[in-house]
Amino acid sequence: MLRFIIRRLLITIPTILVVITITWGLIKLAPGNFYSSERKLPAGIEKNIREKYGLDKPWYQQYGKTMWSIFRHFDFGTSLRFEGQSVNTIIWRSLPVSAAVGILAYLLALIIGITAGSIAALKQNSRWDYASMALAMLGISIPNFVLGPILVLVFSLSLYWLPPSRWGGFPSRNLILPVLTLSAIYMAYIARLTRAGMLEVLRSDYIRTARAKGLSEKDVVIRHALRGGLMPVISYTGPALAFLLTGTVVVERIFALPGLGNYFIQASLNRDEPLIIGIVAFIAITLLLMNLLVDIAYAFLDPRVRYQ
Amino acid sequence: MSTEKKTDPELIHIPPEMAIAEADVRPEEAGEFIRGTSLWRDAWRRLLKNKLAVFGLIVVVIVTITSIIGPAVIKRVFGFAPDYIPTDDVRLIRSFPPFRGPNGEFSWAHPMGTDNAGRDQFARVLQGGQISLFVGIIATLVSLLIGVSYGAIAGYFGGRLDNWMMRIVDVLYSLPYVIVVIVLLSVFRSQTPRGQLILLFIALGAVSWLTMARIVRGQVLSLKNQEFVLAARATGVSSGRIIFRHLVPNTLGPVIVYATLTIPQIMLTEAFLSFLGFGVQAPLASWGSLAAEGIQNIAIFPWQLIFPGVTMALTLFSLNFLGDGLRDALDPQMRTV
Repeated sequence: MLRFIIRRLLITIPTILVVITITWGLIKLAPGNFYSSERKLPAGIEKNIREKYGLDKPWYQQYGKTMWSIFRHFDFGTSLRFEGQSVNTIIWRSLPVSAAVGILAYLLALIIGITAGSIAALKQNSRWDYASMALAMLGISIPNFVLGPILVLVFSLSLYWLPPSRWGGFPSRNLILPVLTLSAIYMAYIARLTRAGMLEVLRSDYIRTARAKGLSEKDVVIRHALRGGLMPVISYTGPALAFLLTGTVVVERIFALPGLGNYFIQASLNRDEPLIIGIVAFIAITLLLMNLLVDIAYAFLDPRVRYQ
Repeated sequence: MSTEKKTDPELIHIPPEMAIAEADVRPEEAGEFIRGTSLWRDAWRRLLKNKLAVFGLIVVVIVTITSIIGPAVIKRVFGFAPDYIPTDDVRLIRSFPPFRGPNGEFSWAHPMGTDNAGRDQFARVLQGGQISLFVGIIATLVSLLIGVSYGAIAGYFGGRLDNWMMRIVDVLYSLPYVIVVIVLLSVFRSQTPRGQLILLFIALGAVSWLTMARIVRGQVLSLKNQEFVLAARATGVSSGRIIFRHLVPNTLGPVIVYATLTIPQIMLTEAFLSFLGFGVQAPLASWGSLAAEGIQNIAIFPWQLIFPGVTMALTLFSLNFLGDGLRDALDPQMRTV
């Protein structure tokens, strides 16, 4: 187990290197520069800018310098557009916003998804089953940028129950609509996965044994079936995190939340190179570490899984 | 591996289910020109029994046909193209509600209303459908091409090559690819809408082949030790031919199912990118870019968002049901996810 963790961590580092290199390479290969606009700069000013940002040096020196400061000091430099703010400051300031929305959305999706999926599996082919699966399919099919505005239209602009946008601190009514919008698709996936996993487990021999020895239906479901039936849900956590990160981009955009995703879009549109690289690297690291955690959790929950 | 000898491939024993697969039949056509062959016809019959899948199939066909011929029909009947901006209207607000003419009277001309510039929303949604479906299908084909070849080669040769190829897939899998795609689309931003569309194909196709490669590899691994491959090898068929003539056709079932489910995923990603302003650019429109325009006026002109949004949701809904139905019909074993 320890060897597995160490080996995975060792693969993680080159992967992060690859992500940063691809991003850096894409930015450098693209035509134009962050300072270029429709009007051409006077030659002297352009020369000064190139000198200031080290663009007059050969590409391998620029690459080496960027990589060195990232891996030696975890320093991504200073944002080009949000002047005077280091990339690290921006990331640590916007992270709590994204994390709050993302984690709440995932928790909500877990609670409702597992409940709905279990009920659907236990009452297979009943009205409950069909209703929750149709709803789940709807959840998968409605893009979040359609769902979000429709929720705003109904709950904010027609009923005046909830604020339509903006960040209002951590526990606030402003969070309700973004969290609902973001969680819909995970709720749907988790409900489908739970149903499928439970259906398979409920047919297995050990459930029959548990029933045969006279356990109550509640015990059978909660202590035996759920544990096996939730394995697909746990392995979905990895991909879900990746989707969650892209989902927050849209949700933060719709609800004007100052999160990582919103800054990332602004950085991409402005070609704010250090900020782009910083956020991409940060997202990649989070994603890889979370995937590792999921794999470890998997091994603990399912005694059949063995890693060498 | 086997040496290159000229052997008549017809002499090789071909198991019946493979002979059918080689005819390159899609299941929706299978009932028509393959008769007496059980696998595809059974699947077709099972699909027809699944009401939701049939519903999905019908909606997908209707949306596709109306998207393709709709704009031309509107042009013929009402005389305007999707990008027609009325020049004789000097008023500030040109966005009319559904079924309303310029003076608020009932009119058939704009069943989905008009957008801010006075363009017909219905024609725009249909044109957006063309682009959205086109992107979904082309990018899926690209992912099929790369994913099937990659997976089949890795699975067939096995050993160290397989190990390395799959390690690369693992690494790519763990990348936040949508984020990388956004960087790609934003820094290489093309000056022309057509250029941006091509960039979008490349970006979406390049990142969506990973799962396909894994599925095909798994299938090939389980197939390559069967007798018909041994027979082919014994008669001197080259590796390339074994892979693409004998192994790949046998993986068709899962590949079709996964491809059907890839189309809505790619359409969703395309819409997501267009919504954020990195994808399709005006005057071209996709459902995502129409929704992005609509959201700006949601409080006053909600129909600008609702029509493209609901059309898109309905199409994705149907494609997902069709994909699920195909999976149940083609491979009852694969029901788990």
